[in-house]
Amino acid sequence: MLEIKNLHARIGDAEILKGVTLTIPDGEIHAIMGPNGAGKSTLSYVLSGREGYEVTKGEVIFNGENILEMEPEDRAAAGLFLAFQYPVELPGVGNANFLRTSLNAIRRKRGEEELDAVAFLKLARAAVRQLAMKEDFLKRNVNVGFSGGEKKRNEMLQMAILKPHLAILDETDSGLDIDALKIVAEGVNALRDEKFSALVITHYQRLLDHIVPDVVHVLAGGKIVRSGPASLALELEASGYAGLEVA
Amino acid sequence: MSMTTEATIQELAAQKYKYGFTTDIEMEEFPKGLSTDIVRLISAKKGEPEWLLAWRLKAYEAWLKMEEPHWARVHHPPIDYQALYYYAAPAKAAPKSLDEVDPELLKTYEKLGIPLNERAALAGVAVDAVFDSVSVATTFRETLAKAGVIFCSISEAVKEHPELVRKYLGSVVPAGDNYFAALNSAVFSDGSFVFIPKGVKCPMELSTYFRINARNTGQFERTLIVAEEGASVSYLEGCTAPMRDENQLHAAVVELVAFDDAKIKYSTVQNWYPGDADGKGGIYNFVTKRGACRGRNSKISWTQVETGSAITWKYPSCILQGEGSVGEFYSVAVTNSHQQADTGTKMIHVGRNTTSTIISKGISAGKSNNTYRGLVKIMPGASGARNFTQCDSLLIGDQCGAHTVPYIENRNSSAKVEHEATTSKIAEDQLFYCRSRGLSEEDSVGLIVNGFCKDVLKELPMEFAVEAQKLLAVSLEGSVG
Repeated sequence: MLEIKNLHARIGDAEILKGVTLTIPDGEIHAIMGPNGAGKSTLSYVLSGREGYEVTKGEVIFNGENILEMEPEDRAAAGLFLAFQYPVELPGVGNANFLRTSLNAIRRKRGEEELDAVAFLKLARAAVRQLAMKEDFLKRNVNVGFSGGEKKRNEMLQMAILKPHLAILDETDSGLDIDALKIVAEGVNALRDEKFSALVITHYQRLLDHIVPDVVHVLAGGKIVRSGPASLALELEASGYAGLEVA
Repeated sequence: MSMTTEATIQELAAQKYKYGFTTDIEMEEFPKGLSTDIVRLISAKKGEPEWLLAWRLKAYEAWLKMEEPHWARVHHPPIDYQALYYYAAPAKAAPKSLDEVDPELLKTYEKLGIPLNERAALAGVAVDAVFDSVSVATTFRETLAKAGVIFCSISEAVKEHPELVRKYLGSVVPAGDNYFAALNSAVFSDGSFVFIPKGVKCPMELSTYFRINARNTGQFERTLIVAEEGASVSYLEGCTAPMRDENQLHAAVVELVAFDDAKIKYSTVQNWYPGDADGKGGIYNFVTKRGACRGRNSKISWTQVETGSAITWKYPSCILQGEGSVGEFYSVAVTNSHQQADTGTKMIHVGRNTTSTIISKGISAGKSNNTYRGLVKIMPGASGARNFTQCDSLLIGDQCGAHTVPYIENRNSSAKVEHEATTSKIAEDQLFYCRSRGLSEEDSVGLIVNGFCKDVLKELPMEFAVEAQKLLAVSLEGSVG
């Protein structure tokens, strides 16, 4: 369970989050929608521990622990996963090597046994097949020369292998065609169970046709201004975000 | 970067150097300083023939007239050549077989991960172990002898194969070539000799492991590798030294000769003590390495991973004389803390249709300075010559420097020379991406750096590639906060 309580955060002098409060119980998928500049990406970076964001007030409790004090890698080990809006290229680093290093780093931190190359490859190949990707994906360098769609699929591959308790998808749908959108949705839906939860950040409603959320929140002006069922997304699509910030 | 990052850099810039121990063993040392008497003493100690003594003395005369070079982008206080010991060796007589090697020495190499016991040794790798001034053991000599390969210390080669040594010694790097080569020629004490006869593919990897132990002692080793027509060999050298507060001088010369269709692959994993976090101590690594591709379609390939030394001054080069001969230089140079490296290569195209490839990866962290300096020279007769050069620099932190100094001299209009260079920083988003996937900051840097160096690391013999990867990670430990 993720509990965000009265979270304030700034970049330099600019206060971006002005008191976000939000609870995501296990097993639920919540969507955050909102206009550009509402603080959606800031929220995802603050949750995952990126440098340069200063939390001035509030707390974030994940499965009973205050994660704001934790390093990004420790948050990953605690089961948090951020699917990047712009996945980063790592020249010369093989995808399979990266995935295995990540998985074993997390397993080590959790006191679990590391996977050897054979066991890992079996796991990775199964995940690649499930996401309808070509096997040479594992041999390529991390995100280097990937199309936009391939980068997003690669995020889903990492998510499938790292099996987080909570996934944050930061506008993962941006720039995707409908087929790639479906792959992302399948990636999330495949993990859905009573323990897994997700925070889906999106500007558009269309991703939510494929990942049906339990709750939709509207973030505007650094605060949650409205929350409601999945149908709220459709309503927003029709009426737009105008007028929400003052609510 | 944030304040905590800066603090962590300061705190952790001290590298962990795990080879810094010393070996307590009875040593024989000659008096300090350099003179014709010392040169004569070294030669006499080794029972050398008259011609070699004459060669040494000529080199010494030449050295006296030369000046220490200062064109490289490195800075150091003046070196007092009279304050150094030019010969230090374990006091016990040279062992005849591995069973006679001093157990203390065996232990030393064991600790360094180089077991000299053939049963425990890395499969397929023969080792010559050089301790301060002398070779203390060479493994697998019988196996190699069966194949016709000569692999022994150069002192032994002078005794056993004087005609070969006389023919090739100084034929690539003449005694008066440069200041440090002249010094080496005058006082070299040991090193390795490799001879691969016509048509023989050396059945094992050959390796020399250099260890400086004694205090205030310079190490001046000399390596000579000759591959006759159609022969091939892969050779690797490794180097470590104890952690000492004073700087120590290492001035080596390596000469390679390749005849028609011969191939020599020379790999270096250089991990001399780099000095402490404040720049105190460490090895001055002033080395001349040159290969001559004398035969048609011969090939010489240099691969180096340079992580150690306080100062590195080193330009492994190829003289491409034979038609269609090939020169390659693959380099990773890592500098951290106060280390300085000025390294690169020279590719001299003499023959027709000669080709050379230069891939250089420089990584600077801490307050270090890392310079690539390279010359590509196409002589008038080198029609159809081709060169491709790629120099990439990676900066970690904002207190280090990366410099690229390429020289190109082309005197043949049919030649093609390409040069590409990039400089990048480890981006904050790359680090965050790795960390958000569970990797610690240091593992993230290790992963990114190894990716950056992949094109070079894949050229290393397999047995050493993994070691080199670990070494890179250790060398950069604490370079990012």
